[in-house]
Amino acid sequence: MKDRSERTAATTTLETRESVPWTRRHILDLDDFTRDEIETVMETADAMKEVLGRDVPRVPALRGRTLITLFYEASTRTRASFELAGKALGADVINVAASGSSVEKGESLVDTVRTLQAVGADVLIMRHGSSGAPYLVARHVQASIINAGDGWHAHPTQALLDLYTMRAHLGDLRGRRIVIVGDIAHSRVARSNIWGLSAMGAQVVVCAPPTLLPAGTRVGAGFKPARPQPADVYEQLALPPVEVETNLDRAVEEADVVMALRLQNERMSAGLLPSLREYATLYQLTEERLSRARTGALVMHPGPMNEGIEISPAVASSLQSVIEEQVTNGVAIRMAVLYLLARSRS
Amino acid sequence: MTTLAIRGGGVIDPANSIDAIADVLIVDGRIAAVDADAGKDSSEVIDARGLVVSPGFVDIHCHLRQPGFEHKETIATGTLAAARGGFTTVCAMPNTEPPIDSAAAVEFILRTAQIEGVVRVLPIACVTRGRAGRELAELAELAGAGAVAFSDDGSPVADAHLMRRALEYAGMLGVPVIDHCEDPALAAGGVMHEGWVSTRLGLKGVPAAAEETMVARNIALADETGSRIHIAHVSTAGSVELIRAAKARGVPVTAEVTPHHLALTHEAVLLGPGEVPGGLTYDTNAKANPPLRTAADAAACVQGLLDGTIDCIATDHAPHATQDKLCEFDAAACGISGLETALALALTVVSLEDIVRALTISPVRALGLDPRIESLGTLSVGAPGDVALIDPDAEWVVEPETFASKGKNTPLAGRTLRGRVVATVYEGRVVWKL
Repeated sequence: MKDRSERTAATTTLETRESVPWTRRHILDLDDFTRDEIETVMETADAMKEVLGRDVPRVPALRGRTLITLFYEASTRTRASFELAGKALGADVINVAASGSSVEKGESLVDTVRTLQAVGADVLIMRHGSSGAPYLVARHVQASIINAGDGWHAHPTQALLDLYTMRAHLGDLRGRRIVIVGDIAHSRVARSNIWGLSAMGAQVVVCAPPTLLPAGTRVGAGFKPARPQPADVYEQLALPPVEVETNLDRAVEEADVVMALRLQNERMSAGLLPSLREYATLYQLTEERLSRARTGALVMHPGPMNEGIEISPAVASSLQSVIEEQVTNGVAIRMAVLYLLARSRS
Repeated sequence: MTTLAIRGGGVIDPANSIDAIADVLIVDGRIAAVDADAGKDSSEVIDARGLVVSPGFVDIHCHLRQPGFEHKETIATGTLAAARGGFTTVCAMPNTEPPIDSAAAVEFILRTAQIEGVVRVLPIACVTRGRAGRELAELAELAGAGAVAFSDDGSPVADAHLMRRALEYAGMLGVPVIDHCEDPALAAGGVMHEGWVSTRLGLKGVPAAAEETMVARNIALADETGSRIHIAHVSTAGSVELIRAAKARGVPVTAEVTPHHLALTHEAVLLGPGEVPGGLTYDTNAKANPPLRTAADAAACVQGLLDGTIDCIATDHAPHATQDKLCEFDAAACGISGLETALALALTVVSLEDIVRALTISPVRALGLDPRIESLGTLSVGAPGDVALIDPDAEWVVEPETFASKGKNTPLAGRTLRGRVVATVYEGRVVWKL
């Protein structure tokens, strides 16, 4: 057993690579992250994970800083893990609940965030139902903005924790076959993962019925637009190329990771699917389907899960499932990005 | 007797096939002569050497917002914006509050324009009572009060049966019905063109088919009834093709296109002006309905305009207050403040001669305005003394804060454009001068 004074000393230090440059002020999406930047986040998260393993999981790296979470949509894990991450780094964390849209409340989003900045927010962690809302905010405040999910667009810290979890089990992701199955069209998790995984050199496969694939997606053609091709100047701005597959049995062949996405009930009423039953028949990740993947392939899910719909209970709790680990890693990843953003601001 | 001579300009008057250096003489508010040296004895003279002299532009589709939305625009500010854009006649859409669905409301527009307007305002009245799409408005009474067309613009007449009856009834009155073609179910919740940009940005798209199915329906109904349908703001290649085929069969259909659908694409939503954190602008000023579409759609619209499939250019001037656009993309109002940039934006893709035609005689013919106002959109002797003076080579930077319109909402802010209206003459008076 270690000497107590030695432990106390350890709680104030943090092993990170200060030499790596980090100038990013906001985390809005992974679309402009380089492989090196993602690696920096991963290595910083390793250090944070070590902190979290201590008896007193605290380092004062963000002491005196104020983090405000501004969530316009419900969240359990994302919000809790940001709050824990901020507290573990010694920051003051304030949660602002915003139910419904700012428009309904009468105050505009820009006015709301300006108010939060005026009360002293250094970092604003926001979730919003409208795609692009964090980009609007980032144009109008000095605080760092972390996008904790905007509409169907992006959820960069979820993708980072997914990458971190994959990296822990698979190491280098180059050439790995990562299958994302489910409601790709309406999924910010899928979009951010496509960017992050592509930056890391993985091969991304998206699998869904055509009604749950984004507009313009065609089997065999990825996200290339169905008609008029984008002009060359815009090509680099389009989502990176992915393999599109409507048949899950084929999609999971030789997969290293299978990530199932939550299916929202309202997709049925919108006429996108005939029934949950039919969806489960065609797209549920079952043991039989998983057996087609590589031996030991990882099973992931960003949560919250509908067990028995997109994933069978047996698969969700199988040895191959790293779903709980994703949640645990979420705290370390969020500590890492908070820490890195603080470094760029100081 | 008041006279004004516009001397030495390059006169373009498509209706009279004039494209020559000449003087334009206006006497008592009407065109008196277009000829070399016609203005040599005039007391009041505008030196137009080096400029293009065109009939005053006619915009058959704009939103003046009054009554009800005076914080966005008024008849006074909207008509001044029109004058700055070279427009001397504007047709005001009826999606105001209350909507223009009664003779009294039509008279309010005409009277307010008479008192406060800078240029001529011709009211368009609703097709359906309250723009609700359920029962016909009192079309004959509206026409009698001065409505030049009927439209529920902003919304389509979604009910095909009601549209059929509207066409039959309006046909009796000789007044065209203008439809905003958008299938409500296909467009539901959409905020931009459905394509690679909407996929990229995670925004719900409006597919091209939402417009095209409605264009096809309207063509079938115009064919069935023999009444004239005018397709507002055509935005897709498919619509152009449908209208081309319909015209070839002799269906009584006309169409307009906006400068922004000719010259801008959905990429404008992705990449607005200025330095933006994360690189994506989600530019609400590029949010319009119908949405900006692809480069191929815009090219098809240009081609359609040039080959006569699309009759004319209309601005769909849609001014909004700052707070209507300074918000989440989903929540932002649709529309572009277009009167003051129409000429220069169209010039990026269409020649000046074609634009003059598409903004003068063509819109007048499309809506059949010349029996009401003799020789409108021309420089014929006896026509209204409405003239736009254009410097086709002037380069200028779009500065929305200098717009006369209350709507500063344009995706062109900071862009350098070529071609500018330097003076506008309305009924023989200079109503705007640079």
